[in-house]
Amino acid sequence: MDALALEAKGAKTDSPAAGPAPVKRPKPPKKAKRIVYFEVEILDARTKEKLLLLDKVEPTATILEIKSMFHKSNQHWYPARQSLCLDPKAKSLKDEDILQQLPVGTTATFYFRDLGAQITWAKVFLAECAGPLFIYLMFYFRLPFIYAPKYDFTTSKHWVVHLACICHSFHYVKRILENMFVHRLSPGTMPLRNIFKNCSYYWLFAAWMAYYINHPLYTTPYYGQQQVKAALIIFLFCQLGNFSIHVALRNLRQPGSKVKKIPYPTKNPFTWIFMVVSCPHYTYECGSWVGFTLMTQCVPVAFFTLIGFIRMTVWAKGKHRNYVKEFRDYPTLRSAILPFIL
Amino acid sequence: MSAPAMGTAKAAHSEASHKKKKGPGALATAYLVIYNVIMTAGWLVIAVGLVRAYLARGSYHGLYYSIEKPLKFFQTGALLEILHCAVGIVPSSVVLTGFQVMSRVFLTWAVTHSVIEVQSEDSVLLFVMAWTVTEIIRYSFYTFSLLNHLPYVIKWARYTFFIVLYPMGVTGELLTIYAALPYVQKTGLFSVTLPNKYNFSFDYYTFLILTMLSYIPLFPQLYFHMLRQRKKVLGHTQDYSKVE
Repeated sequence: MDALALEAKGAKTDSPAAGPAPVKRPKPPKKAKRIVYFEVEILDARTKEKLLLLDKVEPTATILEIKSMFHKSNQHWYPARQSLCLDPKAKSLKDEDILQQLPVGTTATFYFRDLGAQITWAKVFLAECAGPLFIYLMFYFRLPFIYAPKYDFTTSKHWVVHLACICHSFHYVKRILENMFVHRLSPGTMPLRNIFKNCSYYWLFAAWMAYYINHPLYTTPYYGQQQVKAALIIFLFCQLGNFSIHVALRNLRQPGSKVKKIPYPTKNPFTWIFMVVSCPHYTYECGSWVGFTLMTQCVPVAFFTLIGFIRMTVWAKGKHRNYVKEFRDYPTLRSAILPFIL
Repeated sequence: MSAPAMGTAKAAHSEASHKKKKGPGALATAYLVIYNVIMTAGWLVIAVGLVRAYLARGSYHGLYYSIEKPLKFFQTGALLEILHCAVGIVPSSVVLTGFQVMSRVFLTWAVTHSVIEVQSEDSVLLFVMAWTVTEIIRYSFYTFSLLNHLPYVIKWARYTFFIVLYPMGVTGELLTIYAALPYVQKTGLFSVTLPNKYNFSFDYYTFLILTMLSYIPLFPQLYFHMLRQRKKVLGHTQDYSKVE
């Protein structure tokens, strides 16, 4: 790669093939810098037809800049939905990759694939959280066509149902606020159709749970007040814990920096769980839902908690594996999501 | 929609035996060969049972009763295939295999066995026949593949018979579920109503209707996937499939 960079900088432009031996020639003193511009050719990955030819591209141009140039001539393909690769079957090049550091000659050929309409993570999370918030309230206020007409706009006579509504709403309001102010979300995007998949999961489950909790025939928990109070304590404890972890994770990384660091316990007792768990935000989240299940004593909620636990365990295991791979000195006492168990 | 129970399972499996020789070790291969041979034999027993019962009775009606036990045994035995994927001795997706096997098991136990009145329906014979032929071909395909001696005719049959068997099986399954609906509604089978202390309700009747509706998006997807697989594996350039 070094050899090619040197070649591009002003030496001869004979062999474009990737030369294996990176010979570091001392740079001769130059008066004027001669920049060798690249020619970039973009072909469709499937049909191989020429989509665009750019001449006079700076060697220091990034893939993102090339994508922007491509976008100018093809308005409907904004950079986020472009996938450029060196080979039709290869992986996409990263936006930060620099043209002259790629194994191409001064005429670079890129293959283009349309990733389809994209949506930012931020928008997806917002939709995922706003949906359940409003859907639950629809059931709580017993809007028409949900239950029998005589119950329209009535309220439940059980105080645990009101408490459950407050807790559920609090949980999602907290999530929305965290998404807006706490989380440092990657600026990436995902295909638009993912939003349907993700939202249906949260929205349908919220509707399913809310239907039973706010049902006129709802049965209150078996152990009554004791059960509800214990559940509420668990729920609040875990919500606080979850928030503490989110704040700790945020403070770990400076804005804009891509440096990854190991999270450690801070002064906040809720973060002391970092000693034994890699992803305590998932642990606390599961705990919150266990609390909510206990509070409502409702099988759909238990089901949602179980599925959520499985999903979060999969994510936690992945993150834990990444931590262990990335850091030699990663604390060995830590488990992925459940202390000493999982 | 699980009539031929094909899909990624066979594609991945054939790829595994043709491209890479890794995968199951010698012990696992031996076990799988035994498993597939037993399943082939089992479904042959069902096929023979059907033919014998037909010849004995002289009519198509009520043949289910003559093969009820082996059908339940061998179809339920297919649950092991989910385990095979989970353990890794078969390179298929656990989720996909699970889905296919569970839908068969669901039809066998939760519909045909549970709603006695549908057992005398002709639609049952329709899907049983489709399943029987499909499974005999599929399990012998696996057996021969594992032994690295796959006769072309078996491969051809596996990737061709589904064209008729799949719609046949789906029709039989749908008609059977449809026939079960009035009895389920009348008896409230498998249904739970409010109020109860678990705050849960389940209406099996509605569930069956939703199941039937789910065939609409799922069947074409699976069918066209198999047509594409056929083109890839058999390499026919004739107009067997209208896809792509």
